[in-house]
Amino acid sequence: MKKLSERRRHPLAAIVVLLFALAATGGLYTAFAPADKAQADSTAQSLAIEEGKKLYEVGCASCHGTGGKGSSDGPSLVGVGAAAVDFQVGTGRMPASTSQQAQVEKKKNIYSQAQIDQLAAYIASLGAGPAKPTKDEYSPEGADAAKGGELFRTNCSQCHNFTGKGGALTDGKFAPSLEGVDPKHIYEAMQTGPQNMPSFPDTTLTSQNKQDIIAYLKAVDGDETTNPGGLELGGLGPVSEGLFAWIFGLGALIAVAVWVAARTAKAKKS
Amino acid sequence: MSTASASNEPRRRGKAPAGERVADWADGRLGIYSLAKANMRKIFPDHWSFMLGEVCMYSFIIIILTGVYLTLFFHPSMNEVQYHGSYVPLQGQMMSEAFNSTLHISFEVRGGLLIRQIHHWAALIFLAGMFVHMMRVFFTGAFRKPREVNWLFGFLLFVLGMFTGFTGYSLPDDLLSGTGVRFMEGAILSVPIVGTYLSFFLFGGEFPGGDFVARFYSIHILLLPGIMLGLMVAHLILVFYHKHTQYAGPGKTNNNVVGMPLLPVYMAKAGGFFFLVFGVIAVVAAIAQINPIWAIGPYRPDQVSTGAQPDWYMGFSEGLIRVMPGWEINFWGHTLVLGVFIPLMIFPLVLVAIAVYPFIESWVTGDKREHHILDRPRNAPTRTAFGVAWMTWYFVLLIGGGNDLFATHFSLSINAITWFVRIAFFVAPVLAFIITKRICLGLQRRDKEKVLHGRESGIIKRLPHGEFIEVHEPLSQEQLHTLTAHEQYSPLELGPTVDENGVERKIKAPQKLRAKLSKAYYGEHNQVPKPTVEEYKEITSGHGHH
Amino acid sequence: MSSQDIPEEKLPAGRDQEHGAAGAMAVADEENPFADPGLPPHEHRRQDVDEKAAKHSERTVALLFTLSMLATIGFIASYVAISPDKSIYVFPVGHTSALNFALGLTLGVALFAIGAGAVHWARTLMSDVEIADERHPIEAPPETRSKVLADFKQGAKESALGRRKLIRNTMFGALTLVPLSGVMLLRDLGPLPHTKLRHTAWAKGKLLVNMNTNEPIRPSDVAVGSLTFAKPEGLEEHDEEFQTEIAKAALMIVRLQPENIKDKKELDWSHEGIVAYSKICTHVGCPISLYEQQTHHVLCPCHQSTFDLSDGARVIFGPAGHALPQLRIGVSEDGYLEALGDFAEPVGPAFWERG
Repeated sequence: MKKLSERRRHPLAAIVVLLFALAATGGLYTAFAPADKAQADSTAQSLAIEEGKKLYEVGCASCHGTGGKGSSDGPSLVGVGAAAVDFQVGTGRMPASTSQQAQVEKKKNIYSQAQIDQLAAYIASLGAGPAKPTKDEYSPEGADAAKGGELFRTNCSQCHNFTGKGGALTDGKFAPSLEGVDPKHIYEAMQTGPQNMPSFPDTTLTSQNKQDIIAYLKAVDGDETTNPGGLELGGLGPVSEGLFAWIFGLGALIAVAVWVAARTAKAKKS
Repeated sequence: MSTASASNEPRRRGKAPAGERVADWADGRLGIYSLAKANMRKIFPDHWSFMLGEVCMYSFIIIILTGVYLTLFFHPSMNEVQYHGSYVPLQGQMMSEAFNSTLHISFEVRGGLLIRQIHHWAALIFLAGMFVHMMRVFFTGAFRKPREVNWLFGFLLFVLGMFTGFTGYSLPDDLLSGTGVRFMEGAILSVPIVGTYLSFFLFGGEFPGGDFVARFYSIHILLLPGIMLGLMVAHLILVFYHKHTQYAGPGKTNNNVVGMPLLPVYMAKAGGFFFLVFGVIAVVAAIAQINPIWAIGPYRPDQVSTGAQPDWYMGFSEGLIRVMPGWEINFWGHTLVLGVFIPLMIFPLVLVAIAVYPFIESWVTGDKREHHILDRPRNAPTRTAFGVAWMTWYFVLLIGGGNDLFATHFSLSINAITWFVRIAFFVAPVLAFIITKRICLGLQRRDKEKVLHGRESGIIKRLPHGEFIEVHEPLSQEQLHTLTAHEQYSPLELGPTVDENGVERKIKAPQKLRAKLSKAYYGEHNQVPKPTVEEYKEITSGHGHH
Repeated sequence: MSSQDIPEEKLPAGRDQEHGAAGAMAVADEENPFADPGLPPHEHRRQDVDEKAAKHSERTVALLFTLSMLATIGFIASYVAISPDKSIYVFPVGHTSALNFALGLTLGVALFAIGAGAVHWARTLMSDVEIADERHPIEAPPETRSKVLADFKQGAKESALGRRKLIRNTMFGALTLVPLSGVMLLRDLGPLPHTKLRHTAWAKGKLLVNMNTNEPIRPSDVAVGSLTFAKPEGLEEHDEEFQTEIAKAALMIVRLQPENIKDKKELDWSHEGIVAYSKICTHVGCPISLYEQQTHHVLCPCHQSTFDLSDGARVIFGPAGHALPQLRIGVSEDGYLEALGDFAEPVGPAFWERG
């Protein structure tokens, strides 16, 4: 109770967000975050919105409907925020080739960052949602990787595995591997909860917490991560270790045994 | 090796070489000459599959050596401490002393990580080696009289090895093994009537409590390995006593054993093989990481990771528990947790199914003779089919145990894999049995062809009247003997149902079952009669090749 | 070795096998072409006839033993020279500990070279003449058997165990009872369960505290589609009983649109669509938390039990036997989420007394 005064988040801000969310129909990509920047208005901003709208109508409207209201082929985008657009389009998940898959997977991104920003500006103008994080927010510099590890094991590893190698969900869906994913996209995914992933808004997992998690992932799943014991074997645990022991361990020993027991070449035949 | 030199000269005090004098001293107290007489030039046949047991024995020795080293640094305590070691992504985290000391072994003790990895890799290879060794013994019929007891010793070693592995894997108190221990608690709780009490006694109260690491420690390093060491010595003594089995071949009979003497050839080969096994495992431990507990994190009952599996040898029990439907019966204020208890009961059944097979087979055949010549798997179709069916069963369950990883790596639905395993649990062994038996009979037929008509030489000859035939080369006597050396049983006859006075004879149900099984083993369509000398002579004395 | 030394074929089932006579290489035995021709004659290896080849083998063996010595020196040098936290890149292993890699390889080579040397020595330079050793039946001859049985009967008679029934019965009684002391001694391995499995750290008025931030939670903090883990107020990670308490009390909080909640009790026990469920799987106790926010399914990562959070957390797939227990929640005077009591049923795996 006494800690209340220390809380950085103004409670009213979140309530505003909540009301927006409840208003959104079938908001599958709903997510919450401070709606401070999304409302900025300037000529540059309205120009970006205008451009974004054009891009939207060409690339997105066939599924998500005009004005982002959604259709049977795609959810409403009102209130999903710029962060969701930056994640979905930036990782190439959107535009999706079909809505019939169990899950939309990441692929090559076909938009430039400027175009993504315009699209994001347009979507953000439809309804308040989480803004794109700044570099200061998602950069792992100075964050506590150990704390991030604990947070990761509490919130993330149940789907994404101890070190973010990914894992299975129901009916063919899966949590993707986090290896090599841009810290910005990791941050946005936590913020917005893409597809079946739950969101972890700042009220649940603070911005600092998210940074810690990104720092942890960089430490255990980055390009420079050292696996002191040698081959990581996919980081999948006992299944890949068991396969390795059978194929390479026992396999090598049987090969050696064949040599030990084999007859030595005879003089006549050599 | 001076003790080995058997000199014919009469012994004279003080004149004999030092080695001989030491041997004399020992013989006067231990009787080593009588022991050496029987064993020093003991013959061992050469075959790579006879070395699988050695893989197990040597990895067991490696596990003991490295395990003793690990005990010097490991603290089997669950007291919570804060980590201040050199692995940055855990600094400041709360963890048990067991976990903390395992990190210490991995990061601060020089070579500690290597020994930990050798210990764990050797354990996986030990269990895999025992599995393959057991299958070799099974498929060649090496379990037959007089080796049934040794089969059981070996089986017990495999089962105890599984539990030694499980308790050891739980010691670092990391998130993955802790999840396994939690599963164990749930399984114990499912036991009717006494489950709750057993769980409280095992964990010293509620899960996880502060006791299980210390308790598992004494079980892992003392109780189970002690029993295993005893069994392994007994296993080896029996191997020496029975003398090794051998495959059929020229000069090899049921009354001899053909091979090389223990001294010097097998001293060098088997002794050298220990170093080879140790060397291979050391290299594996140098290049492949196993159980990186620092990446897994310390155990907390509210945390978990996907892909939570036990080591491979417990994988089939994991499969059982994963594919079982969630049955639960509530009555009179009690709960029967069938969804967990049934897999818990099938777990030993899977193992016992293969362990009791030798006794079933010897009952069906009624064969009381000793067998030292190994069967080729094809020549015992029913046994081979049973073994393959059992292995299929086992591997289907292994797939069930890894269903989440199969789902992600082959882009399948986890639910679909689970359903596949549920059906395959019942269907796959039956299919495997039928298919294997057919293949065996086909191979028997091919052997018969080969004996009677010779080997296909690949040479096509045109006969004077224009017909093309392939020339068949007759087999040498060695080959003929090897291919016809196996025995064939005749199915058991129950005899007439009425005796000579016309009175109906009572045939007991077990006898009827036995006759039925015997027919299924050795009846008309269940084995191909091997070629007889008469058949062979008839064909070869005729027009030769055809 | 000539085939005459081979004991005769004695297989009882060798119906069509006459006694194997001496056999030549081809089918020489007119009587029985399938007869055992006996051990093939020994063939010499190159090393047996060519001293140069033997010398070469000797050098190979010596080279292997020398290699082992060098590797051991390498092991010691690595141990002394390489710091445990030094990382190197090795293809194809990747970034790995230099010390572990160096120690493992040198030790592996040192051991392997000894083994390879010994085996090469055995295979090329030791005699490879196959020897046949006779087997003797395991069973004792009949006279031994009858002697042993007679001795046993004599001993049994002298002990008078069969005659003095009183001694026999009391001895069996004593031997049966004495292990009970050992069983009794196990009693203090743990306390009795009583009703411990029925209660958790939750109680009426306990605030739900966010696991990540360690702060109490306002309803507005919980968004639709988000996932929050909570513990009871007052339970801290440094507490002695933390592990045991969190093993039962761990909570998962999600918000559903109230109209999406199909189960009436679930709706009653929720607060504005915010529902709090036990994080501990009812199957065998894994922390279940793979929440799919679109389907409202939670999947257990251990054994794939799947629960539908929009329908009273009932089991829709997998081995779990009953729904996840729900915690009844409300809002405290200060506007924080609080428990309105303990769980109504035991959390975690089912057990006999659960009912």
